[in-house]
Amino acid sequence: MENQLFELQYALDTFYFLVMGALVMWMAAGFSMLEAGLVRSKNTAEILTKNIGLYAIACTMYMLYGYDLMYGGGVLLDGISGQGESYSNASDFYFQVVFVATAMSIVSGAVAERMKLFTFFIFAVIFTLIIYPIEGSWTWGGQDVFGLFNLSDFGFYDFAGSGIVHMAGAAAALAGVLVLGPRKGKYDEKGNSRPMMGANLPLATLGTFILWMGWFGFNGGSVLAVASKESADAVAMVFVNTNAAAAGGVIAALLLAKAWFGKVDLTMALNGALAGLVAITAGPDTPSALVATLIGAVGGLIVVFSIVILDRKLKIDDPVGAISVHGVVGLWGLLAVPLTNLDVTFAGQLVGAATIFVWVFGASSALWFALKAIMGIRVTDDEEDAGVDISECGMEAYPEFVTK
Amino acid sequence: MKMVTVIIQPKRLESVREGLSEIGVTGITATEVKGFGRQKGQTELYRGAEFVVEFLPKIKLEIAITDEQVEQVIETIIAKCKVNGGNIGDGKIFVSSLEQVIRIRTGETGPEAV
Repeated sequence: MENQLFELQYALDTFYFLVMGALVMWMAAGFSMLEAGLVRSKNTAEILTKNIGLYAIACTMYMLYGYDLMYGGGVLLDGISGQGESYSNASDFYFQVVFVATAMSIVSGAVAERMKLFTFFIFAVIFTLIIYPIEGSWTWGGQDVFGLFNLSDFGFYDFAGSGIVHMAGAAAALAGVLVLGPRKGKYDEKGNSRPMMGANLPLATLGTFILWMGWFGFNGGSVLAVASKESADAVAMVFVNTNAAAAGGVIAALLLAKAWFGKVDLTMALNGALAGLVAITAGPDTPSALVATLIGAVGGLIVVFSIVILDRKLKIDDPVGAISVHGVVGLWGLLAVPLTNLDVTFAGQLVGAATIFVWVFGASSALWFALKAIMGIRVTDDEEDAGVDISECGMEAYPEFVTK
Repeated sequence: MKMVTVIIQPKRLESVREGLSEIGVTGITATEVKGFGRQKGQTELYRGAEFVVEFLPKIKLEIAITDEQVEQVIETIIAKCKVNGGNIGDGKIFVSSLEQVIRIRTGETGPEAV
């Protein structure tokens, strides 16, 4: 009887893990649609190529060595077959690998419309093979940071990855944007920012809803279990809070945009939803639904200010707002944890955030500079004018003028 | 009065508009068009098959002006579109005479309506 109960729990937890992983995998579709909607139409086929390419690269590199670097488990998943403690070992790899792809997806939107496709792919190889797994080994993997200190000694807490996944992706994106520079024509001679409108807002909206849905897997799956009363209660609360925070982010961003710009801005509402989700990701397990809504709402306010400040003051050209949504709000998410989780301190969260940022930003900057020197990072001016769909992919996403 | 029809590279539209505004042109109609001249087309790729798209994206401007403005308008357009010594595909300017112009709101006709 006891063995049958164990097998039932084991099967259910494994099943839960796999379904949640599939939801997170679906976030790759969300990022693709969001980014395809927010770039200009002449750069659509290329951003979609980037998105499906980076997903495949992330899965392959993490399988080759990344997972071993982060958690052990053997090169080429050598030791992964068979039984784990409470769920199948392979289901753990499957759940983790889709997180790597999410971190890498964050980069593609920020460097859109001007980066060479293969430079991006090679960055994706190194990022998902080494840079992200090393950072992950210090946090979820529990390893010492270069043998110096251990983040768990500071009580660093990041439930599903506001910092470990989202801020890390944004740090790599920021490094890329700084090396790459703004899109041609983004800033006039006086340095004023000029809007470059996304070509397809229905796609951007669809992408946001897909990400919102995928996030239930991202946060809900991070409970790591469902087959007991205790874990089922935790999962339900995480679902409720994840949803509440996204809603809070939308409402806050809508109201702020209306008050500040005089009109409601759809793209800010979309970024507000994602900001709410990023904000709650570090600690969706402890707040009440109302507090989760407020944490998301603060994220929604931060993201609107951050997008405007990055764009107009700091001249950091991020076509989809990825650095603000995932980086700035990711930091807020980490700092919001101590508000409801009394085992966690602000100091510990700051140490963790700084460790992640310094490593990912530093390693990524070095890699971007190296790639710039070796193979070039940016398409030519003429290629940028014509659009990277033609120059990198040789095709158009919307071939509307057909003569035969 | 003259009707000036201009074919230019899409990326030049903004600087042409600014240049023409500065010399007192009060209205422009712009259309996204496809066409070819000496530049011919561009090679595209679909599922491994190469093919030449003979028609490239261009912008067509239609500008109604008075006779006195013609020379300055042409100079301005050339100055804005011939960059770095000029390239094949920079475009063409067609000037034709314009019989009548009427502003619908006021009923003004002739040069005053331009």
